[in-house]
Amino acid sequence: MSEATTPAGPSHGTGLRAAIDLSHKVRPGEAAIKAVLLTSAIVSVAITVGIIVTLIQPIIDFFGEVPVGDFFATEGTYAVLPLVMGTLLVTVIALLLAVPLGLGAAMYLSEYASARARRWLKPTVELLAGVPSVVYGFFALQFVTPTLLQDIIGLEVNFTNSLAAGLVLGVMVLPTIASLAEDALSAVPMSMRQGSLAMGANRMQTTLRVVFPAALSGIAAAVVLGMSRAVGETMIVALAAGAQKKFDADVLTGHQAMTGYIAQTFGGENPVGSTPYNMAFAVAGTLFVMTLILNILSMIVVRRFRQAY
Amino acid sequence: MSAASAVAAQVVTSTLASGRSKDRDLRSILFLGALWLSLFFGVIVLVALIVDTAIKGSGRFDKELVTNYASIIFPETTGFKAGIFGSIWLMVCTAILAIPLGVMAATYLEEFADTNRWWNRVIEINLQNLAAVPSIVYGLLAVAVVAIVGFDEKGVLIGGAVALALLILPVIIITTREAIRAVPQDIRQASYGLGATTWQTTWRQVLPSAVPGIATGTILGLSRAIGEAAPLIIVGLGVSVLSVPEPGIAGLSDSATSLPNQIYNLANQSRPELATAASAAIILLLVMILGMNAIAILIRNKFTRSW
Amino acid sequence: MSTQPATATTSPDEPLGISLSIDEEAKHSVIGEVPAEAVMDTYHLNVFYGDFHAVHDVNLQFGKNEITAMIGPSGCGKSTVLRCLNRMNDLIPGARVEGAINYHGQNIYAKGIDPIAVRQHIGMVFQKPNPFPKSIYDNIAYGPRVIGMKVDSMDDLVEGALRDAALWDEVKDKLKQSAFGLSGGQQQRLCIARTIATKPDVILMDEPCSALDPIATSKVEDLMMQLRKDYTIIVVTHNMQQAARVSDRTAFFTAKPDETTGNRTGLLVEFDLTKRLFSNPEDKRTEDYISGRFG
Ligand SMILES: Nc1ncnc2c1ncn2[C@@H]1O[C@H](COP(=O)(O)OP(=O)(O)OP(=O)(O)O)[C@@H](O)[C@H]1O
Ligand SMILES: [Mg+2]
Repeated sequence: MSEATTPAGPSHGTGLRAAIDLSHKVRPGEAAIKAVLLTSAIVSVAITVGIIVTLIQPIIDFFGEVPVGDFFATEGTYAVLPLVMGTLLVTVIALLLAVPLGLGAAMYLSEYASARARRWLKPTVELLAGVPSVVYGFFALQFVTPTLLQDIIGLEVNFTNSLAAGLVLGVMVLPTIASLAEDALSAVPMSMRQGSLAMGANRMQTTLRVVFPAALSGIAAAVVLGMSRAVGETMIVALAAGAQKKFDADVLTGHQAMTGYIAQTFGGENPVGSTPYNMAFAVAGTLFVMTLILNILSMIVVRRFRQAY
Repeated sequence: MSAASAVAAQVVTSTLASGRSKDRDLRSILFLGALWLSLFFGVIVLVALIVDTAIKGSGRFDKELVTNYASIIFPETTGFKAGIFGSIWLMVCTAILAIPLGVMAATYLEEFADTNRWWNRVIEINLQNLAAVPSIVYGLLAVAVVAIVGFDEKGVLIGGAVALALLILPVIIITTREAIRAVPQDIRQASYGLGATTWQTTWRQVLPSAVPGIATGTILGLSRAIGEAAPLIIVGLGVSVLSVPEPGIAGLSDSATSLPNQIYNLANQSRPELATAASAAIILLLVMILGMNAIAILIRNKFTRSW
Repeated sequence: MSTQPATATTSPDEPLGISLSIDEEAKHSVIGEVPAEAVMDTYHLNVFYGDFHAVHDVNLQFGKNEITAMIGPSGCGKSTVLRCLNRMNDLIPGARVEGAINYHGQNIYAKGIDPIAVRQHIGMVFQKPNPFPKSIYDNIAYGPRVIGMKVDSMDDLVEGALRDAALWDEVKDKLKQSAFGLSGGQQQRLCIARTIATKPDVILMDEPCSALDPIATSKVEDLMMQLRKDYTIIVVTHNMQQAARVSDRTAFFTAKPDETTGNRTGLLVEFDLTKRLFSNPEDKRTEDYISGRFG
């Protein structure tokens, strides 16, 4: 707001002062409303603090009982790295599927579809993001593994396997990537396309060599955010990726993921304060930090991309 | 903004139309085909999912599906009464908890706060991060919040509602802020120029103009909440429940479950009747969620105003 | 942020250099005949947007029941000065004002002054017609309602404001219809009607006709001449004929680039009776501008 230094000058109308009342009115209603609104805003900040506080005490307790080395280990009851492996396996599979398809869809929407078509196509793609993850998990278990992978493709996969979970997870993050990448592509100034077309490039060349590179950082941010969603997803991995803690990369078998472990621990009968219970918090803390890093990364990338134009 | 992009799209379409012949070589056609496939891959999966599930669940689109409680002993007539009522209850409570709080916070941040202050930028970054925190982590937070408020039991309705409200709060704040920001500055200036206060301007001009955007964001947020199972597992709503919360305040401390959680519990069962029932329940859940999404999209497309 | 104390008193030996009389200090401006009775004046007005010095040391007086025009090339700070006059600049983050603006002898930038009260007395009409997305009737009634004006009959007040704005005959049958259905010129007169409905003392207008066709423009100009009887009007315009036609006094601004930074800071060049300023300008820059020798 405006700050003013206020040396009142000599004025001819001095005698008229107080003829018009411009003094500050007390508006109790206005002040009360402002206070209420401010409180609401503070609550939003309190949530982050709350998350950290919630996680911290059980984590401290956990590391009181379990050495840090046993947690960051590849095997053992309290090893987190197998869970990280489980998460990364499904995430990589998901991105292998979702990145090319999501970017393809984004390029179609931004460079080829008419404005009217886009108005309906984009929400339709976004509908995919609206399907609950438990439904995707069920679909992985009931259709992708038995029908698609076993019957149609003929793969020797287990009942729960990282491949099916990763593929379905890819479908789930596809709309996130497509939608954000489309925003980035659409933000590329029209003049850049016109310049390319005027030089005789066709639409494909323009899309791939001019628009895509120009939007690269926005696209990177879209991919990172998609990755962050995949890492944090629970129900698909809890259902379809199984409950074995394994530190290997055999995607035809199941690997428990971090979120899957947390859900399993809380779904079972682990008393409050027990070591498995506290370990779930330690895993959740690790997960929180991982997604936080990914989000901050995407924000930094986006900031750079905003400055580009 | 949408008007501008529409114009831009038209420009590109017409510019490109003239260069059509160059787009007819084989590689261009293959490229376009690949883009098409990418776009429709998602749609194909959605259709496959719905058709496959509907076929599997077709035997159970009956009255018992909604009037019976879960039963392992009679799997052919097991029902989702507890989950359906639980989900509706959860949604109402979540809406009551999250919508006013979120809209008020967003209103403060957009219309009252000084955007130049460092702490406003902190809030901004904070919100973006919160929106991407894994949903299961919100379950852990809700456990703590509910304990602070004084409910020690696990698996009660209020615990689930708090978890879901915390989960969608950032979504509601972010979409409300966007809706408020989309209201043209002209309107505010006109109002302030007449001697209106900040709140008068906000309440009488800005918020009414932002209602469609807020409604869209809120419905999308709620539809996300209704499909969530993970945070509810954490607060103990994942277990089998054979009752419906009592209407009114007393119901808040009743045991509850949700439709997604009931589906989750059946997904691993080997009895084919239970898989059939779960499939039918999924269709029910999808109808609710896709219906809410469709309403949100309709509102967005109908009220998108070119100022 | 400012280190200078907000004082309402001025002693002749104030170290701020504000004790000089306007005529002495304003050497860079040619000040011709000032109004006998001024409703408002600016006193060593300096405006900043962040670090950018947008307007330098403007001293102006606005006569009662006169139309004062502010002209000058784009970016010279006309809108900036105008927005200061009813503290609309408060809404721009980073905007900062130094100096004083006196309204009936009160510095509206002094501590304890309520910007909302200021705006109730000093109304504003904007460049682009900006009716509320409401009915014509509600557009007019909004101002009186929010400032809590005591009115016997809102219907009469609405009719009166629309009549004063010469719009009544055109809209009397569609008061409940959306204001967006009106033509641009009608919308602008509606905005003027909306402003006078709150019975302000001063009306600020920022290029009120720049979005209008010639016929609508002449209607608004006629309206300004009418309103002059009851209001003090300050108008920013790019149209020199318009300034010459409607205004009593004219202030000519220009923008001078800073030698070191290259930032263009606006300043007042000449202020005089419109007749004299247009026929016999004192300053070479004014002469160049009004004779079209300036961009
Ligand atoms: N909100 C703002 N933030 C930062 N700088 C601003 C802002 N508004 C105006 N300026 C700058 O202040 C200077 C004066 O602007 P102003 O709009 O007052 O000029 P003007 O004389 O009204 O021009 P025009 O005739 O084009 O309307 C310009 O250099 C402009 O870039
Ligand atoms: Mg201007």
